[in-house]
Amino acid sequence: MEYISPAESGPPTVTKILCCQCGTPIEPNPANMCVPCLRSEIDITEAIPKQATIYFCRGCERYLQPPAEWVQASLESRELLSLCLKKLRGLNRVKLVDAGFIWTEPHSRRLKVKVTVQGEVVGGAVLEQVFVVEYVVAHQMCDDCHRVEAQNFWRAVVQVRQKAVNKKTFYYLEQLILKHKAHDNTLGIKPIHEGLDFFYATETHARKMIDFLNTVLPIRYQLSKRLLSHDVHSNIYNYKFTMSVEIVPISKDSLVCLSKKMAGQMGAIGQLCVVQRVTNSIHLIDPTTAQIAEVTGTHYWRDPFTAVCDPKQLVEYIVMDIDLIEGKDRNVFPGQGQLSHKHAMADVWVVRASDIGSDDAMLHTRTHIGHLLKVGDSALGYNVQDCNVNNSHFEKLNRDKMPDVVLVKKHYGDRAKKRAWKLKHLPRDDTSIGSANKDYAAFLNDLEEDPVYRQNVNIYRDPTKQIPVDADDVDDPFAPRVTLDEMLDEMHIVDDEEMAEGQ
Amino acid sequence: MATRVQFENNNEVGVFTKLTNAYCIVAIGGSENYYSVFESELAETVPVIHASLAGCRIIGRMCVGNRHGLLVPSSTTDTELQHLRNSLPDSVCLQRVEERLSALGNVIVCNDYVALVHPDLDRETEEILADVLKVEVFRQTVASNGLVGSYAILSNQGGLVHPHTSTQDLDELSSLLQVPLVAGTVNRGSEVVGAGMVVNDWAAFCGMDTTSTEISVVESVFKLNDATPAAIATTMRASLIDSMA
Repeated sequence: MEYISPAESGPPTVTKILCCQCGTPIEPNPANMCVPCLRSEIDITEAIPKQATIYFCRGCERYLQPPAEWVQASLESRELLSLCLKKLRGLNRVKLVDAGFIWTEPHSRRLKVKVTVQGEVVGGAVLEQVFVVEYVVAHQMCDDCHRVEAQNFWRAVVQVRQKAVNKKTFYYLEQLILKHKAHDNTLGIKPIHEGLDFFYATETHARKMIDFLNTVLPIRYQLSKRLLSHDVHSNIYNYKFTMSVEIVPISKDSLVCLSKKMAGQMGAIGQLCVVQRVTNSIHLIDPTTAQIAEVTGTHYWRDPFTAVCDPKQLVEYIVMDIDLIEGKDRNVFPGQGQLSHKHAMADVWVVRASDIGSDDAMLHTRTHIGHLLKVGDSALGYNVQDCNVNNSHFEKLNRDKMPDVVLVKKHYGDRAKKRAWKLKHLPRDDTSIGSANKDYAAFLNDLEEDPVYRQNVNIYRDPTKQIPVDADDVDDPFAPRVTLDEMLDEMHIVDDEEMAEGQ
Repeated sequence: MATRVQFENNNEVGVFTKLTNAYCIVAIGGSENYYSVFESELAETVPVIHASLAGCRIIGRMCVGNRHGLLVPSSTTDTELQHLRNSLPDSVCLQRVEERLSALGNVIVCNDYVALVHPDLDRETEEILADVLKVEVFRQTVASNGLVGSYAILSNQGGLVHPHTSTQDLDELSSLLQVPLVAGTVNRGSEVVGAGMVVNDWAAFCGMDTTSTEISVVESVFKLNDATPAAIATTMRASLIDSMA
């Protein structure tokens, strides 16, 4: 028996039919039309606009993402493409297969996007179509730039003021702000008489600044707001906020006179005290007993005291004789506050540097910086006897018990030239509170002398100065210095060209 | 000659009409326009009859017939049956059939000699079909679809089938039916060719949407354009050459 082998046809071949429009033989499809006929008949991109407008802010070079967002996007970037495609309204009715930019001249203000879409047409046939959408880039200023243009861009201002002759605390604050980058959100910083104004776009940024100031310095502040506009229907009120911040009007090395009550509260410290340093609290030391006290911000503002003498009135004295007082010789009494063990009490006999040779009348005083002084050294101090003070507490003091001279610190001479470090400055609108004045020099000296003071400050190496390597290079080995460990190197961003030249 | 026609804005003329070589049944429409088209084309040769089946107008899908007879579903009323009997020529047998697949026009396609039927059709109906219509019956599918009446249309000259029919199926069907078959469409790409048109040996009616390409396919496969030069050339060629020699 023989079998007729079935025709080895493999897969069934599909008959060709004639396209119902043009009569070309085609394989049958759901529409039974050839692709060109189908395309001429049906346009799946009909609902999609072929032209659109996108908005670009020239000020900040951002594109508007409706309704109100502005996004950064470079030309031919993925972000810009997504922005462009979001702009096409009918795109949800078809399936997006591919999209890409066609190169256009960057200045032509036209963007061309080639879009490939698939859509279902009559009877379930899927048609793919490629088309180009042209975008016109229109200019529109964004809200932020508009504010800047209209000069009313700030919403909140923090007015930091110090009502004092000496601006040392201010320089210290500047360094603290730099170290903690507290000025990141500011729109601008403007120096005003007795202080600085920090401008912010929102109230929260300003509040953050206040919180920062509160943690680093003893301050008090007041908030006020001005109504700019309001909408009664939606209950929206538009305010400008002003925060007036007052920093304690006392700086390092000032001489202060406490009220009797306050001195009693702080462990019966002497009423006449020297300000050791101002950080988040005021550190006081009694020069006659080396007793120390700390006055917090809240404590200070409850009973404020002012400086009797400020560092401008410091006078140079020459030490003629010194007699250290041993710890056991100090008179202590119960209820006394903490005594400083970093300082050494001493009886000193000094002559004013300007009077030396003419009037040799030595003045006796008791000082807390006995550990620094030796015979022949010069020290800076206040001539309390002769100074003209307008302070109610000071007037009530017993003149007989008051020292003639209050020595504050040792004098090391001018060290500005030898200083191998520098500080940074806030990017201010102008430089009226510059670094060229005497107060700033004094502030730098203070930093050099007090390691505790400078631990909150970023110190940068000055590349123009040589760091002394050998002990012989140093003129005065006892002069205070900032060690190399404490200095930071500034970041320099060098252009590629310069790098190439360097090599 | 193929004619374009529309039944009350509907292109599916095969639904509303049954056309054979002996008679033409037309559904009762709102106006006489549709009827008039058939009347003007066919009145000289066959009777054109207004009728309904079970009160429906979709008579083309409900009944099946040829020159020898007409089968109607069991739901046809006695009045309708009587009317048909009165209108049809005496040579045409009329028979009611009890069939589960009552849309006979969808499940059966036939010419005067052969019929293709749905594979699930009753054996009894198949016998009646063979007896009344005097046809050879084949259980077949067209493009894997059992509704052979919807997806194929036949005359004694040729046939048109669903566009998805494979070449093998086409050859097989063609050898069964002994007529040339073509895969094609009517009504601008519609694949329900059985419902989209009616045809007999000398006339065809398609929906108004049918394109000229489709018309030309229909005319060539059903050999309706016997007046074309090609026909002259083929039929008269021998004698012409003979006389010129």
